[in-house]
Amino acid sequence: MTGLDYVVKRVFFAVATVLVAITLNFILFRAAPGDAVSALRCRQCTAQFKEYERKQLGLDKSKWEQYWLYLQDLAHGNLGSSLRTEKPVTTELWAPIENTLPMIALGTFFSIVLGIVAGVISAWRRGTAVDKAGLWTSLGFYSMPPQWLGLIAVLFVAGALGLPTSGIKDPTLGILSNPSTWTVIVDRLKHMVLPALTIGLVLYGEYALIVRSAMLETLGEDYILTARAKGLSNWSTVWRHGLRNALLPVITLVALSLGLIIGGFITIEYVFSYPGIGLAVVEAIDQRDYPVLQGAFLLLTLSVIFFNLVADLLYFKLDPRVTE
Amino acid sequence: MTTAELVEAPPVPVAPPSFFTRLRRSPVLSSRQALVGLGILLLFVLTGIFGPIALPHDASLKVGPVFQSPSLAHPLGTDGGGADMLYLLIDGASVSLLVGFAAAAVSAVIGGLVGLLAGFFGGRTDIALMRLTDYFLVIPDIPLMIVVAALFGRSLTNIILIIGAIYWTSTARLIRAQTKTVRERVYVRRARALGAGNTRLIVRHVLPQVTPLLIANTVLLIAYAIFAETFITFLGLGDPSKISWGRLIENAFQDDAILNNAWWAIVPPGLAVTVVVLACTMTGQAMEDAMNPRLRAGHLSVRRFRLRRWPPGSP
Repeated sequence: MTGLDYVVKRVFFAVATVLVAITLNFILFRAAPGDAVSALRCRQCTAQFKEYERKQLGLDKSKWEQYWLYLQDLAHGNLGSSLRTEKPVTTELWAPIENTLPMIALGTFFSIVLGIVAGVISAWRRGTAVDKAGLWTSLGFYSMPPQWLGLIAVLFVAGALGLPTSGIKDPTLGILSNPSTWTVIVDRLKHMVLPALTIGLVLYGEYALIVRSAMLETLGEDYILTARAKGLSNWSTVWRHGLRNALLPVITLVALSLGLIIGGFITIEYVFSYPGIGLAVVEAIDQRDYPVLQGAFLLLTLSVIFFNLVADLLYFKLDPRVTE
Repeated sequence: MTTAELVEAPPVPVAPPSFFTRLRRSPVLSSRQALVGLGILLLFVLTGIFGPIALPHDASLKVGPVFQSPSLAHPLGTDGGGADMLYLLIDGASVSLLVGFAAAAVSAVIGGLVGLLAGFFGGRTDIALMRLTDYFLVIPDIPLMIVVAALFGRSLTNIILIIGAIYWTSTARLIRAQTKTVRERVYVRRARALGAGNTRLIVRHVLPQVTPLLIANTVLLIAYAIFAETFITFLGLGDPSKISWGRLIENAFQDDAILNNAWWAIVPPGLAVTVVVLACTMTGQAMEDAMNPRLRAGHLSVRRFRLRRWPPGSP
């Protein structure tokens, strides 16, 4: 199999998966007992209103017609309207996405830094108590329910560091004075730190293990021996010569993890009342706002498929042997 | 001289040792790590089975003031409803472990069946089933579970079925790979040549060889399932009439245990989940390594970190 074949195959698989995900998304929400409207909980939802909404959503048509309409809507980037606010789902989800992305980026950054430091130390002191303790610690964090770890962070860390524990910005900010951009940024960062740290702690174990095994391989190479023979310090050998080459596998793992974080951050955002996509999902569940839930689920699924493809292609770029 | 005497009798293939023989010989029982994990797991299982019976009264009964700190009468204090945390924790063990074991069993059945059929028949069956598995592997499992739980109601049975129906993919891949190697072994080929039907081949010859790996994988799945239950329950989608560890974490959050600085209401349930998940991982991994030495990759390997999947397309 040539390289091009591999790329085409992966892209084709991703496209097929997207189709499966779209269809699954349709079937799930139609197969549920009752329909989107009957489960709706709101004050103004009279029987008449519900009948009207059903017509609006096309729920009175046959399943095949509905499926066709659904596909057409998707092709136009139309995810329907929220039953609660009547605004388009895409508008409803835009702000949460904007809030989530920087927080996840910070969380990923934390996990990479923690993972590299822990991995390099483990590799350098391989087989010792330090190595084992480090690996068991990361495995321990990995086994904790993320929402619980978030609560623990609020309980024991927030107070000590004076960090806010909920929301995305200080509600009093900007009421009395016009804050500078810098103050606003610092405020945003402060609100992001705890949820991001939770993500970082849950995930760093994976990176630590990858870095550790890659480092062990690299530290056995001849050029490391040469570096030592030249009289370079331990620090220089490990960080400048060893780590640089051991980092390759981490890059693909990052792409993959971005997709995987999604599972965990729904509950993490809920714990910290962080108004991101996870919190939007929780609110949509709470209010039985099916179009928003459906849109969010589709979005999450598509991003996972996308990052999986990116990981596959990156992996191929870095190590063309995968096609064999 | 008859033709039968001319044909040299084929060497009688030695029947592969039974599961228990292999378990006795395998490093699992000598591996300290697996023993520790198994011991912890057993302790929790016994607590889950006999604990609720031994409780003097209903665990959620109000026995003292709200968020009372630990005392001699209530070693873990009370929760936001004034109920004894220790009793709740014991009661929660039975529900959490029930969900864990039952959902893992559902996964094992679905995954085992898909893997066996795909691996044994090969060809188009294999391609079709593995495509299906691949698609399910990519769709993010936690959001899928949350959506399905939100749509299909909040009973314990539903939660078990949902978790079980979503976590079978890794099992299917593992079992398929194992089945493929077993299918080609000499004694299976010989049985086929002697006229054994597919059903007999699968049930008598392939299944016994695949079962140990399936069991090891199921132990790992228990960890996934207990973990997933805490997610679903935390979002208010758990069974409202049942107390699980996930529910206790949710309660602590909803009742503002943090504002009351009631660490005793928050720490124990999550710690219990962590310990059980670690115990399952230790046991399952050691068993898998013992059954399938080729998978073994060192003392602590990446495969240990498999609550979320890595790498793509790995078994």
